[in-house]
Amino acid sequence: MAALPLTQPPKALRQSQRGTEEPPFIKWMLISVALIFCFVFLLLPLVNVLAQAFSKGIVNYWESIANPDSWAAIRLTVLVAAISVPLNVGFGLAAAWAIAKFEFRCKSLLITLIDLPFSVSPVVAGLMFIVLFGLQGFFGEWLDAHDVKIIFAIPGIVLATVFVTFPFVARELIPVMQATGTDQEQAALTLGANGFQTFWYVTLPSIRWGLVYGIILCNARAMGEFGAVSVVSGHITGLTETMPLRVEKLYNEYNASAAFAVASLLALLALLTLGIKTWLEWRQARDFAQAQLNQEPDLNGVRTQVSTPA
Amino acid sequence: MSIELRNVTKKFGEVVAVNNVSFSVKEGELMALLGPSGGGKTTVLRMIAGLELPTGGDVFIRGQRVNDLSVQQRNIGFVFQSYALFKTMNVVKNIAFGLKIKKWKRAAIHARIEELLNLFGLQGLEKRYPHQLSGGQRQRVAIARALAPKPSVLLLDEPFGAVDAKIRQELREWLVTLHHDLNVTTVFVTHDQEEALEVSNRIVIFSRGVLEQVGAPREVYEQPANEFVARFIGVMNILEPEVRDGVARIGELEFPAHDQPNGQKMRIGFRPYAVQISSDLTQYRYHAVLRHTFFLGVMLRVELELPSGLVLRARMSKEEYSHEALYDGCEITFQIRQYRVLAKHEAALAPETELRYQPPPVVGEHI
Repeated sequence: MAALPLTQPPKALRQSQRGTEEPPFIKWMLISVALIFCFVFLLLPLVNVLAQAFSKGIVNYWESIANPDSWAAIRLTVLVAAISVPLNVGFGLAAAWAIAKFEFRCKSLLITLIDLPFSVSPVVAGLMFIVLFGLQGFFGEWLDAHDVKIIFAIPGIVLATVFVTFPFVARELIPVMQATGTDQEQAALTLGANGFQTFWYVTLPSIRWGLVYGIILCNARAMGEFGAVSVVSGHITGLTETMPLRVEKLYNEYNASAAFAVASLLALLALLTLGIKTWLEWRQARDFAQAQLNQEPDLNGVRTQVSTPA
Repeated sequence: MSIELRNVTKKFGEVVAVNNVSFSVKEGELMALLGPSGGGKTTVLRMIAGLELPTGGDVFIRGQRVNDLSVQQRNIGFVFQSYALFKTMNVVKNIAFGLKIKKWKRAAIHARIEELLNLFGLQGLEKRYPHQLSGGQRQRVAIARALAPKPSVLLLDEPFGAVDAKIRQELREWLVTLHHDLNVTTVFVTHDQEEALEVSNRIVIFSRGVLEQVGAPREVYEQPANEFVARFIGVMNILEPEVRDGVARIGELEFPAHDQPNGQKMRIGFRPYAVQISSDLTQYRYHAVLRHTFFLGVMLRVELELPSGLVLRARMSKEEYSHEALYDGCEITFQIRQYRVLAKHEAALAPETELRYQPPPVVGEHI
């Protein structure tokens, strides 16, 4: 036992628990700034959306949503998500597989390209498709001649959504796949499994949580995308209007409560996504902690002390 | 012949990982592929499995050329260094995987799993997931999984690499027993020469993709084919004396070299146990000072320094050590009971120049 220090350290020093910790005043100030910021800019608006949506009563809320045009917007949003999310799951799996399991020359270029939609403004993404498929665009004449409508129609909205939501699945899967490595797949091959069996029984189960995580993020963005879709949709009420566009139009028409009613659905989607995301993260953390805990107790055999005989 | 490699070469781009290797493994044998890391031994194992394809040469399993057969068709059991257990499946599902893929009947799968769980002492762990198992248990599950579909050969990549020293010892003994019971042809890769000597029936030694020697543990230990093997298997004193008047000399040490021309350099090696030490200063011909004692358990290793500055390593039992009343810094005499000529000049390492020499006791010669 070391001798106890004769004098106690001053009170201010004793209050901080570790040598590296800030004084309590700074600590609490930082925590309250963060909390107040979250409350004012995130939670308050969300609560306000719900409050506004129900401001004229639940009947009015229901009527706003059941309005044929709003209902069409909801259906279109679900349809677009139902097409673009599976597409991006396919692309994401393929891209993540290529990056995590193979070595090739343009790998870093591919990683950069996957991130491109994150760095490009959605409006610019929308304009890109106008330039390509619009009437004055690159393929415009050909498309018009063959009576294929992309811009100001559902295919355009799907394209824009796919572009914007492309990175989510791949981004989630790459680290998971890299961490898993290829040993398990090789083991499956030595046990006689073919490529598909290996993917289905070994690869997919080991990446499932990362995949679910990627899918819900991708879906949330697909349903909530405004900028890119706004440029290519043409805002045709009841035909090419998704929920976010519908919210904007209703609001511009001074129909605030109806706008907020549709917006509340999007807010609900956001909350749901956040909930699932948190649950998945908690699950992963638990699995990880469990794996750590169950590591073999390595120090069972204490090494015998040896000394050189005299 | 269970496995045979004929002139197998593997190149990764410009790098030759395995260079013209030929050897065979007999039915029921327990064979070690031994060598320093990067020696190509794992590549050889993976080529037998079909996880790598040879650039040149042929691989045979039970007389059948398997070069064109895929991993799935070769019917081998492979245990990865990391075990590669399916982490989303429990113990039973891991072991059953190969059987389900091979479409065994449900009852047959059940019986086989029961049999393996008993054989591997895994009862009670059926529902555990890999992360809930200890290192030793994981290894047993990995081997059980590999053996479940009754493969014709079992291949293990560094099977004892991932567990700590104490469990490693138990697992070695367990593997020998298991092999004895099942009698399945087994090839394992290791970089630990002690492990190879202890566990295997025969050892293949690689360095830098080249096969250096194939032989029983005792054979490679006592008759190393070349200097690399001599140095790699156990400790060896290696000296480079120069020939003068039919005697190769270095420091005080002399070795007969009747047929060698003057000025010729030789390379001579001897094991530490071949050095016999006495505290009786009239006992043996050479004098030295005992510089250090290393305690190795039952055995001790001592470092001898000759008056010329030459340092040799010797090995003796604890009893011998205390019988001779040795201590660090004491003066001793010694003789070399047995040595090998590794090469007659620096460049060539010719195993056929082997020469065994038992010097007569030189009691009292220098009185």
